[in-house]
Amino acid sequence: MQGQNDRPEHGSAMAQLSGSAVIETRGLSKRYRGGQLAVDRLDLSVPRGSVFGFLGPNGSGKTTTIRMLLGLIDATGGGARLLGEPMPRAAKRVLPRVGALIEGPALYGFLSGRGNLHRYDAADPTADPRTRKARVEAALERVGLSAAAGKKAKAYSLGMKQRLGIAAALLQPRELLVLDEPTNGLDPQGMREIRSLVRALAEDGITVFLSSHLLDEIEQVCSHTAVMNRGRLVTQGTVAEMSADARGRLAVTTPDGADAVRVLKEHGVTDVTADGDEVTGELPAPTGPSGEPPPDLAGLNAALVQAGVRVRAFGVTRVSLEDVFVSLTGEGFDVAG
Amino acid sequence: MSQAELVRRDEQYGPALAPATAGHQGGPRWRWALYRSELLTTFRRWRTLALLGVLAVIPVLVGIAVKIETADGGNAGGGGGEGPAFISQITNNGLFLVFTSLAATLPFFLPMTVGVIAGDSIAGEANAGTLRYLLVAPAGRTRLLLVKFAGTMVFCLVATLVVAAFALATGALLFPVGDVTLLSGTTVPFSEGLLRALAIALAVALSLTGLAALGLFISTLTNSGIAAMAATVGLLLMVQIVDTIPQLHAAHPYLFTHYWLSFADLLRDPVYWEELLRNAGLQALYTALFGSAAWARFTTRDITA
Repeated sequence: MQGQNDRPEHGSAMAQLSGSAVIETRGLSKRYRGGQLAVDRLDLSVPRGSVFGFLGPNGSGKTTTIRMLLGLIDATGGGARLLGEPMPRAAKRVLPRVGALIEGPALYGFLSGRGNLHRYDAADPTADPRTRKARVEAALERVGLSAAAGKKAKAYSLGMKQRLGIAAALLQPRELLVLDEPTNGLDPQGMREIRSLVRALAEDGITVFLSSHLLDEIEQVCSHTAVMNRGRLVTQGTVAEMSADARGRLAVTTPDGADAVRVLKEHGVTDVTADGDEVTGELPAPTGPSGEPPPDLAGLNAALVQAGVRVRAFGVTRVSLEDVFVSLTGEGFDVAG
Repeated sequence: MSQAELVRRDEQYGPALAPATAGHQGGPRWRWALYRSELLTTFRRWRTLALLGVLAVIPVLVGIAVKIETADGGNAGGGGGEGPAFISQITNNGLFLVFTSLAATLPFFLPMTVGVIAGDSIAGEANAGTLRYLLVAPAGRTRLLLVKFAGTMVFCLVATLVVAAFALATGALLFPVGDVTLLSGTTVPFSEGLLRALAIALAVALSLTGLAALGLFISTLTNSGIAAMAATVGLLLMVQIVDTIPQLHAAHPYLFTHYWLSFADLLRDPVYWEELLRNAGLQALYTALFGSAAWARFTTRDITA
């Protein structure tokens, strides 16, 4: 067991979440035989009932982490608990309560969609064969594949395969769903459907652990998120907290740039820059941690107008999770070396 | 390395079941669901049916060839060259086409198809990515391995029976059938001849277990189904060649193919058991050896496919 939590900024979050955590890792590490450290002392905590977005550039260790959580590969250090039980030792007890989509769907092309689900359900020793047919049909219905269930899986489009993979994860009542890039290959309509499905599942009380490279997707459906980079956990917390960490910039469009800069500085706005008609600056720190905008936004506007600044537009530029992500990892979604 | 690496995932797959799931579990349908699914999956594949089709054609071809060759009253065995065992008796009794066909397919065709099925068993699932979903279902690594071995064994039996059945049908259609003269000279009624043919088919299927275990082990080493199939069939060919080199005779009794043709001893009266038993013992040894190796490998391996 290598070092405990050596990132104190997350210590409080861990203490707050543990106990009700559905996924919990302590110092989880994986060094591949080639010597490459894929996951480095990961302390992850996924609270029950959350929709947890797992973010990171390609090659940052997300999939290795998911495979360790599900007992497919062995950790070389640290440990993981799934639904409160140690993995991989308790795989037999834990995995029937976990549905998973790992690195895209994998199907028997020569079997029908329905046949694939029967096959996967038969592999689960806790699945009741008497209810198999009904459960398979219900799972097909839930992902909208009932009409195509008789077709051979090799004739399926990528989107249909993805749906069938999700159906396989829904064959039994689950407590946790691990979905690795669930909207990959789907058209916008399909993406919306899967997102609403994820929301519906979360409303049923299922914890969803969702890895994605689509940041707006995480922002739309997730309550919590963690960011990985080069095998390390960069941050984890609620989505609201993360957005709050990087506050939006105030943007004022005005022909009276110099006056605007002066007035804004007087009211505590920092890093004020004027670029033609556009004046931008950092807003004063919000009073609470909840991420509400500073209360004096309207006051700022009034002050500008009172000082004779003609304001054409006034607002706070929206901070996306992407901005947060880039500020945390120092890069975009490029492949990590 | 670390302790975690040495943990076998199946430690808990033994008799200890979680109380939450143990209560409503236990009927044979629960326990055998994966075996059933495996057989359905195997025999619903076109590839499996194609392999069986090839095996079915061989006795038909041999039968027709013998029929044409002997149409002018000649003797199939006497046309120069020796041909497979029993081929000269086919014209007298169609039942001998069963023995001829098994003797003709056992060195290569039959084990080749077994090599394809066994080699593809785990590696093919890994290649398609379905292995990871079976394991998180969770199928259990030991259970999946046992299911795969059992499935391969069923294929060995079916493949052998396909050869025997098509040989019997072709033999009965093209040649007279009747009382069977055994190798030792005694004559037994046709019904007993049929029983002996069935026993021979079982002995042939049993002969293939060692190869099936070897194929299964190779299959746990790679994520490429094709590579595992090629390696298994390649090893088979190598062993067959070594078995024909007299200078290597010291190794011969340990080659899993060495006693394959001992099934002919079931056609003696009384049955000559020594080589049949040696064959069974050798197959058991290979199965234990490569079965354990496959288990050791598969239960500790990282599934990255």
